[in-house]
Amino acid sequence: MQKLPKHYDTIIVGAGIIGCATARFLGQYNLNILVIESQDDVSCGASKANSGIVHAGYDCYPGTLKAQLNAEGAAMYPILAEELDFPFKTNGSFVLCFNEEDHHKIIALYERGLTNNIPDLKIITHEEAYNLEPNLAPNLHSALWAQKAGIVSSYEANIAFAENAAVNGVEFLLETSVINISQKSKEIDSAQSFTVETTQGTFFTKTIINAAGLKADIINNYINDTTETILPQRGQYYLLDNAHRGFVTRTIFSLPGSKGKGVLIAPTVDENTLIGPNAEDSNDTQTTRSGLDEVLEKAKMSVSNLPIHGRITTFAGVRAKHASKDFVINEPISGFFNALGIDSPGISAAPAIGKKLAQMVADKLNPGLNPGYNPGRLGIKRFSRLSFAEQAALISENPQYGHVVCRCETVTEAEIIDSIRRPIGAGDLAAIKRRTRAQMGRCQGGFCSLKLSEILSKELGVSEEYIWTC
Amino acid sequence: MDLLIVGGGPAGLSAAIRAKEEGIEKVCILERNTHLGGILNQCIHHGFGLHIFKEELTGPEYAQRLIDRATELCVQFELNTMVTDLSSDRLVTCISPKGAKQIQAKAVILSMGCRERTRGALGIPGDRCRGVYSAGTAQALVNMKGIMPGKRVVILGSGDIGLIMARRMTLEGAKVLGVYELMPFSAGLKRNIAQCLDDYDIPLKLSHTITKIVGQKKLEGVYVAPVDKNRNPIFEEEQYIPCDTLLLSVGLLPENELSKKAGVHLSSITGGAVVKSDLSTNIPGIFSCGNVLHVHDLADDVTLESYRAGSAAANFIKQGNPGHSAIKFIEVQPGYGVRYVTPNFVQENEQVELLFRSDGIYRKPKISIYDGDRSVKTIKKLIVTPGEMEKIKISTEGMKSCTVLIENSE
Ligand SMILES: Cc1cc2nc3c(=O)[nH]c(=O)nc-3n(C[C@H](O)[C@@H](O)[C@H](O)COP(=O)(O)OP(=O)(O)OC[C@H]3O[C@@H](n4cnc5c(N)ncnc54)[C@H](O)[C@@H]3O)c2cc1C
Ligand SMILES: Cc1cc2nc3c(=O)[nH]c(=O)nc-3n(C[C@H](O)[C@H](O)[C@H](O)COP(=O)(O)OP(=O)(O)OC[C@H]3O[C@@H](n4cnc5c(N)ncnc54)[C@H](O)[C@@H]3O)c2cc1C
Repeated sequence: MQKLPKHYDTIIVGAGIIGCATARFLGQYNLNILVIESQDDVSCGASKANSGIVHAGYDCYPGTLKAQLNAEGAAMYPILAEELDFPFKTNGSFVLCFNEEDHHKIIALYERGLTNNIPDLKIITHEEAYNLEPNLAPNLHSALWAQKAGIVSSYEANIAFAENAAVNGVEFLLETSVINISQKSKEIDSAQSFTVETTQGTFFTKTIINAAGLKADIINNYINDTTETILPQRGQYYLLDNAHRGFVTRTIFSLPGSKGKGVLIAPTVDENTLIGPNAEDSNDTQTTRSGLDEVLEKAKMSVSNLPIHGRITTFAGVRAKHASKDFVINEPISGFFNALGIDSPGISAAPAIGKKLAQMVADKLNPGLNPGYNPGRLGIKRFSRLSFAEQAALISENPQYGHVVCRCETVTEAEIIDSIRRPIGAGDLAAIKRRTRAQMGRCQGGFCSLKLSEILSKELGVSEEYIWTC
Repeated sequence: MDLLIVGGGPAGLSAAIRAKEEGIEKVCILERNTHLGGILNQCIHHGFGLHIFKEELTGPEYAQRLIDRATELCVQFELNTMVTDLSSDRLVTCISPKGAKQIQAKAVILSMGCRERTRGALGIPGDRCRGVYSAGTAQALVNMKGIMPGKRVVILGSGDIGLIMARRMTLEGAKVLGVYELMPFSAGLKRNIAQCLDDYDIPLKLSHTITKIVGQKKLEGVYVAPVDKNRNPIFEEEQYIPCDTLLLSVGLLPENELSKKAGVHLSSITGGAVVKSDLSTNIPGIFSCGNVLHVHDLADDVTLESYRAGSAAANFIKQGNPGHSAIKFIEVQPGYGVRYVTPNFVQENEQVELLFRSDGIYRKPKISIYDGDRSVKTIKKLIVTPGEMEKIKISTEGMKSCTVLIENSE
């Protein structure tokens, strides 16, 4: 266990995309910051199991926090993706309308988008839509095309925020749960304003950011007399082999209809196809036969010839909903900040939420600037995305790039080693997967996991047996 | 380079050996692993080579025989070398710690083997916990690394690797609680059921499946249920089995991603290349053999098939495309009871062996080859099952069409 100081300016509870985006923006200040996370890696909650859509923002009701922060966050993504080197693509999205009677709903969405200041929205005919997306289901009437909608690898964005925060001095304490928060003094500049008890000892902090996702209600209720409740809502998915790349190139939504809210069909930044999610009251990430069947049935209402035989995995994520249906970002107690009810579009809004929370903390503490602040980060070099000449050059520099470990996704030994050695490095097989894509392909690690455990064992100095059986 | 072979398992080795024996000078095997022998390296049980070497060898011993012969013949090897691209004019792109290279070959043999079908491909619902492995991964873990993934084991699917692993895990001290097979028949060899399950009192539950996987971080148990005749689980009879390891032996899939890049046509049934009787594909100078063509039960069958591919590639190198356009080909059709037949095309007037699998169990059937309505050959069998590949030799003299079918089963 790392030896950490006991006193902080800010403690962030939860290393999902919200906690880590906030940490990243706070990194520019001269503050002592600690992120505490229950799981053994960052991005192990909703931020790793969602649709990965950067919503254009036409959908949210004008005047809500969701509408404001979605639009702001979505506009930040292209720049952040450059700065922090994570996979993001502006691919555009369609909302499909299958009959004349529903066309007014498309118009209403379009108008809501205009109110929300969403750029590049367009209503198109079925001919135009079929031209752009040949696999749409028959009898389409029209569609709303949001050209600025994007897709992102949400866990890689989450990891990029965390790594950049770490480089700028933010501390991370993983495998540690916050189990109580109390307050000795209401004075904000008192050095012991909040006492944070964890499974690894007690810490003291001037400010707290509650970014605990599904458990954000519990964290709030430790200290705030106004109790909160988070309503968990699960969504399940199929993921298809990237051999079926191009099945759709834009994100395909359907209008909410008599059969409830539809599911989406979207490409991922790695050219797989994602199908889902449904919505059910549940607090766990189990997939179920009925849930997966529902996803499939609904998907077939939007597209034809769905190559479902090409599925390589299924998974589920749980949304953290608030009764208000809006994000709740507040400061119920001086110095204690909540990010509650961050369900969809939480990924899209994450940069804006992180920036906002960082600003709230800065307004409170009036910190100086971090003199060594580095806003940029270089991600793991993706060998498979390089040209033949670039690959050849890289191998002659470092022969470990010539050793392909994951055959399905062409991931090399050099990338694996990089993933282990970087800040908040990978400590197990699953963490390597989220950072490099090794084991994410069609064989799901059947071959490469054996080689990965060998590399991990060498790098971390633990036995392979431990890696497989711990 | 005369002949480039992608994959150095028994298929690639045997093809290389035969091409050399037939006088081809420059033959090179590209293998991404650190050693030759392919999957055989992890198959430490015996039972290999009865046919060809007239001995019971282990997998590694079998591989060594081929490696020794290939070495003797001065076959070249590039290990740690992953082929990443192949063009239809046989330009091979590969990557190794020595560098990224492109090599032009006169002929190419595809012998990349197969991978295992995964939980994700089946879509088994439940938790995504640790402790679920494909049987081949577990085989490598136990046999190559000496690591036991768990102590209470359930196996889904009765493929040969699963059966072999049931015995292996038992010998290593684990309790194998049962092998559950969706179909009403086993996918594996009879001999493996006898030697790997029956001898160790491991139950084989046919017409059963796993309905749910349970475990917070590590596997805690699975739900199993019998299935009705449409293969739907009968949930009223669902049962919970506590276990810490689930092995999947639910099928092998030929690894043809590279073949697709070269434009090789694949069969929608086997996932392997569509080939003529000389194992040539639709792309001139590109041949396919071994498990990447279709899944074999026995390494000996792989070797024999690959000898033929090596020989055909040698011919191609010596004579160019031996007037394939002048030769008439007859398409071989799977008829009643037959899931697939390889090769997909036979020449007029040749002696050829057809390999095929049935789509179910047939007792005391006749296997017949027809040319239209004319019966060309019939053989009687006691039983035909999908788990055992059938072979039948025919002469195609005078044939205009060719259908393989199963008749008169009880
Ligand atoms: C997990 C598993 C376990 C098995 N266990 C048994 C058993 O116990 N008993 C039995 O009789 N049969 C078993 N088999 C069946 C199998 O039929 C073998 O007998 C035989 O190994 C198949 O030979 P092959 O050469 O076609 O494929 P493989 O042995 O799989 O060899 C293919 C080789 O090609 C290499 N390769 C693939 N793609 C590339 C590329 N792009 N670039 C470079 N190299 C590449 C691979 O690394 C591999 O070494 C098993 C098969 C599998 C998959
Ligand atoms: C099915 C689904 C689909 C979605 N699709 C989209 C989409 O397409 N686009 C979009 O913009 N948004 C989408 N979202 C929403 C988005 O995923 C979430 O808004 C976002 O991930 C929330 O991030 P977070 O950091 O708040 O939560 P999380 O990622 O869940 O992180 C919270 C973290 O807090 C930790 N924690 C909890 N309690 C404690 C404690 N006591 N001590 C220490 N640590 C603790 C948890 O372990 C967890 O790691 C979707 C969500 C779901 C579930």
